[in-house]
Amino acid sequence: MKKIYQILIVLTVLALIPFQGNAQCKSFAKKVCKLELTPYIHDGNFNAAILTEGEDAELYKTFYAGQNYRIYICGSDALPEIEFQVLDVNRNVLYDNRKSDYSRIWDFKLESSQQLIISLRVKNSEEETDELVSGCVAIMFGIKENAD
Amino acid sequence: MDIKSVHSKALCFLAVIVSVTIITGCGSNKKNKDTEEVTIESLEIDEQLIKDVKTVKEIFYSLPSPLETAMILKQAGAVYNEELLNPTENVTNYVTNKSMALNLGVYTTDLSYASLFDQTQATINYMNASKRMAEGLGILNAIDENVIERLEANINNRDVIMDIISETIMNSSSFFEENDRQAMSTIVLVGGWVEGLYIATNLVGPDVDLNNNELVNRIIDQKLTLSTVLSLLDENKDNEDVITVMTNVNELKAIFEKIEITSSKIEPVTDDETNVTTLKSKTEVKMKPETYYELKEKVKIIRNNFTL
Repeated sequence: MKKIYQILIVLTVLALIPFQGNAQCKSFAKKVCKLELTPYIHDGNFNAAILTEGEDAELYKTFYAGQNYRIYICGSDALPEIEFQVLDVNRNVLYDNRKSDYSRIWDFKLESSQQLIISLRVKNSEEETDELVSGCVAIMFGIKENAD
Repeated sequence: MDIKSVHSKALCFLAVIVSVTIITGCGSNKKNKDTEEVTIESLEIDEQLIKDVKTVKEIFYSLPSPLETAMILKQAGAVYNEELLNPTENVTNYVTNKSMALNLGVYTTDLSYASLFDQTQATINYMNASKRMAEGLGILNAIDENVIERLEANINNRDVIMDIISETIMNSSSFFEENDRQAMSTIVLVGGWVEGLYIATNLVGPDVDLNNNELVNRIIDQKLTLSTVLSLLDENKDNEDVITVMTNVNELKAIFEKIEITSSKIEPVTDDETNVTTLKSKTEVKMKPETYYELKEKVKIIRNNFTL
């Protein structure tokens, strides 16, 4: 009986690890990623997921004329480079960070409001390892009133 | 019956359930390269087919947060009118999860709007109202006493206030994500979005030229956001509360469909000095005045349905 209790405790702790991963993702976004948005104000939305190398994600959002925006793609240090593109609704590429040395930040404003797609992919690691690396990736938006 | 034996069997059963949870849970986070290679080799690969059916691991639909909504309103020339906000005395009326979620969105939009116009007392009142809604929804630590104290201590420092509001919104949305309550998170966002539309449509005066007004332009822009709202609701349509909210949003969609928006190709131009890119494009809008007033009336009905 005592053994069953011991096994149960160990298994319960292990079962909680994925939830802890989510909480760590939030904590990471809050403590590390938010700072990179300065002097822009974080809009407060939480778009983050655990991604594995080779995996991709897309985000759909309307951006408004008159606002200044900063997109910051925040990934944990363990992950390889993250490629990200900004596309219009017809999937024409408006920005590709591969042309900017994999920069994680892009500042922009719009003459007219547009729905855009943020498409990102965690590159495959160049190092030969047995296991694929996973980590938290957050897509953060900063906003700033237009001073023009 | 031997109670000890029953107890032991129940524990074994629990152990099996927990084990299954671990196996499936861990599988989603780490993948073994060897296993994946074997699977790939065993399939006949049609590259074009793979391209066609390529699935993206994560898809996010992002609505303007209450803070962004308030900033859009201010940038478009909105003025402050407290009479348009949902009175904080209404907090006691909201007892269901749906009404608390909708009004968490409504109150955080009102909070953001009040704070952007430096309305110190209203900012504190709306933070307290948001806190009541968050507590009712069981959102732990999103808005605790410490948040209210920090707000009061920095009431004249707009940057700090913006940061506190942004953190409050993030704590709420991440809490729902972490606790697998995305439906509630969606309802909060829709509540805030409708409140933004309500404030905006009521700030447009009767004599305004509907073809040449920034606030009207931002209202029309919500046609672009509408598809994101519906995608987000659709993802959570197994929730009864989401279905009723979806009905309301579809009523708005029927009116927005009468508005024609055409946009030219977007040309990105980067300023080398500031490193800021401007997405240059021109948009043309065709909207009859009666469509605008129909939209305004429908927004009012839906918003009152949410708050009364």
